[in-house]
Parts: sequence; structure tokens; C-alpha cells
Amino acid sequence: MNALVVDDSRAMRQIIGRILKGLGFEVIEAGDGREALARLAEVPEVDLAMVDWNMPVMNGIDLIRALREDPTLGRVRVMMVTTESDISRVAEALGAGADEFVMKPFTTDMILEKLQMLGIETVKTT
Amino acid sequence: MPAATATSLSAADFDFVRRLVLDKSSIVINPDQSYLVETRLAGMARREGFASIGQLLAGIRDGTARQFQVRVVEAMTTNETSFFRDHHPYEALREHIIPDLMRKRASVRKLTIWCAACSTGQEPYSLAMLLRQHFPALSGWQVDIHATDLAVEILDRARRGRFSQLEVNRGLPAALLVKYFTKEGAEWQIKDEIRSAVRFEPLNLTSSWRAFPPLDLILLRNVLIYFDVSVKKQILTRMRGVMQRDGYLMLGGAETTFNLDDGYERVEFGRYACYRPRSGQPAATSPPNQVGVRL
Repeated sequence: MNALVVDDSRAMRQIIGRILKGLGFEVIEAGDGREALARLAEVPEVDLAMVDWNMPVMNGIDLIRALREDPTLGRVRVMMVTTESDISRVAEALGAGADEFVMKPFTTDMILEKLQMLGIETVKTT
Repeated sequence: MPAATATSLSAADFDFVRRLVLDKSSIVINPDQSYLVETRLAGMARREGFASIGQLLAGIRDGTARQFQVRVVEAMTTNETSFFRDHHPYEALREHIIPDLMRKRASVRKLTIWCAACSTGQEPYSLAMLLRQHFPALSGWQVDIHATDLAVEILDRARRGRFSQLEVNRGLPAALLVKYFTKEGAEWQIKDEIRSAVRFEPLNLTSSWRAFPPLDLILLRNVLIYFDVSVKKQILTRMRGVMQRDGYLMLGGAETTFNLDDGYERVEFGRYACYRPRSGQPAATSPPNQVGVRL
């Protein structure tokens, strides 16, 4: 399985990437929404996108909307991973097409539980 | 064991806590779990002005801090919990168990559920949300969710229905967070429509139980693991006595009735197995029905 981690923080991409690799994913990274769309064009077999909200160039919400408008990317499950925690923000992300929402800070277990909710079977546990 | 510090335990203190908890709750603290006692009691000792866990326990022993005895037992018997914990049991509830019970109870339109050892409330609230979200037909039924725990202080927290961000981040689908919670400051408050669907009451599983109406579903998840074999057997037998003959018992993933109580049969639903009384077992007796909570 392939996962795309989209976050403008390199450290955060590494943290999330490490968790996902431990769960059996091949991980690719992008630093903003536009770069994420370019990566998705190169690697169409992406199963999961972990998307930050606040990023330069193209933010996470605009990325999710663009992703949901592209029928070739319909299989991608999207989890927003952000410091945003107002209920209106959670609703906005779901409305834009996110499948799940994780508030930072998070733990490996939280990510694992959310993946289970999305019906994504991981091949090993950390 | 190294010498005790403000946040660590002497061997004698650890032994005292083990005996106290066993005596008051029948829960077994294993010899290698001193870290658990330290973790759970350090905060209480500090908050209540004791210089160390040892000083708190000395006060309980000599009677000068007797009032903390119950709280020490409660602190040691509170289980980890989260919304929709382990996921698969809730899938089994949604796909199989609740639809089956609704078919069987269609004529009486009544479901009685007991979450034993509910801790801070995530399990009964998860169940209430699941019923509300996926079974709108139950709106015309009498659905009673009884949630019990040994720890009175924990039950007060459960009743309030306020959770931290870390707690709602664990296991709770974002769509249910938006639908059934409001954010108040840094905390998340579960809405009254869910909160009022659960009735919280104190109950010690190893003491006498109050009279329940015959139960259609019992959740006893990740509880038996804390008891020794004889207490496990007693609890499982008593549970069978308060269940409907065609009801279900849900245990934790590492728990089973096997070799403890032959009166149950295992029923597999996808990746989760639960239990029900074997046919031929006596049905629960029926005390007068109580006024239920409408979902």
C-alpha cells in the first residue's frame, strides 16, 4: 500500500512517515498541496493521504477539494492531520471530502484506530 | 526493588496496596506491576499534599488518612478505555448483534444492555451513538443502557460526559464528533441526547448486584483479566443468571469463557467472537420492569 504524507513540516512528515512505514506502507512525501497533486500524478496507486491543513502554496482543504474532483483519485482515503481543533473545522474538512480527522498531538495508536475505521488493513503493528 | 522515593514504592508498600485492592475489589495486581501502582498513586499523593506515595499509604495504615483508602482502590481499578475500542466488537454489534436482537425483540420493542466496568463512559456512550446513528427504528423502543463501575469518582466523570482532546482523538469517528459533541474550552462535551441515554450506577462485580431486568446484551470487556480464576468463574456464572437465554455476552479480545464456564457457547461474527448461554441453560428471572430511557 502507498501513502502520501502532505505537511510543510519536514519533521512532521518524518514522524507520520515512520508510523506508516511501521504499519507496512510505502511512503511518499509532499510539502504542500500543489506538490501533493504532482506526486499523485506520478504515483497514481496511492491508497491513503495524510494531509495537514495549514500549508503554503496550496492548503490541505484546497488539496482535498481538488483531489475529490478528480475521478481518477477516487480510491484515495484522506485523513486530515492538523492542529486545527474547532468543531467547525472538523465539519469543514469532512464536507470537503476528508474521510477522517486527527488532531495534533497524536499517537501511533490513534492513527492505527483511524485506519481501522477506514477499513484499511495494516500488515504489521508497531 | 530499589529504595523508595517520592514517586516510587517500597516492597512493603507495594504489598500493602496489592492486599488492599484484592480485599476490596478481588482484583489481582501482579508482582511485576509496581510501576502501575506508582503511576496511578503518584498524582494523588502529590495533589493531596503528601510528600510521597509511602506517606499516603502510611496514613491509610495508621488511620490518619483513612479517607483515601477508597480512592486508592478506585485509582488502581480504573481501566484504560477509549471510544469504539478495538473497532471489531462494534462492527459485530452493528452488523449482527443489534439486528439479531431487534428481530428477536420486535414484539416487545425493548432492549436492556449492561456495560459492566464502564470506567469513564466511552464504552456506553459509543454504544449509544452507534444505536442512534445506525438504528433509527429504535427511536420507538425502550432502550436501557446501564453502565456500572466500582469507582464512584470515575462514574461522576462519566456522567458529566466531558472529554479531553486526546480522548476524543482516540477511536471516535470524526463524523460522530461533529454530530454528538460540542467543544467547550479545551474540552469536548457529549450532547444530552447521548448523555441521557446512559444510566450510570456504582456496582462492585464481586459484591451483591442490584436487580437488573433480564439483559439482552452485556459488555464485560477487558475486565475479567484483572481477576483470579475463581472470581472469573463466579462472575461469568452470575452474568448467565441475569441474561436472557438468547442474549449476548461480549468480552475483551484476550478473554474467554473457555475452561471457566461451560454454560456459554462461542459465536463468531467476522473478526470478533462473543458468547451466549448454551441452549438448555435457565433463563434470567424477570423482576418488574423499570422505566427506560428512550434513545
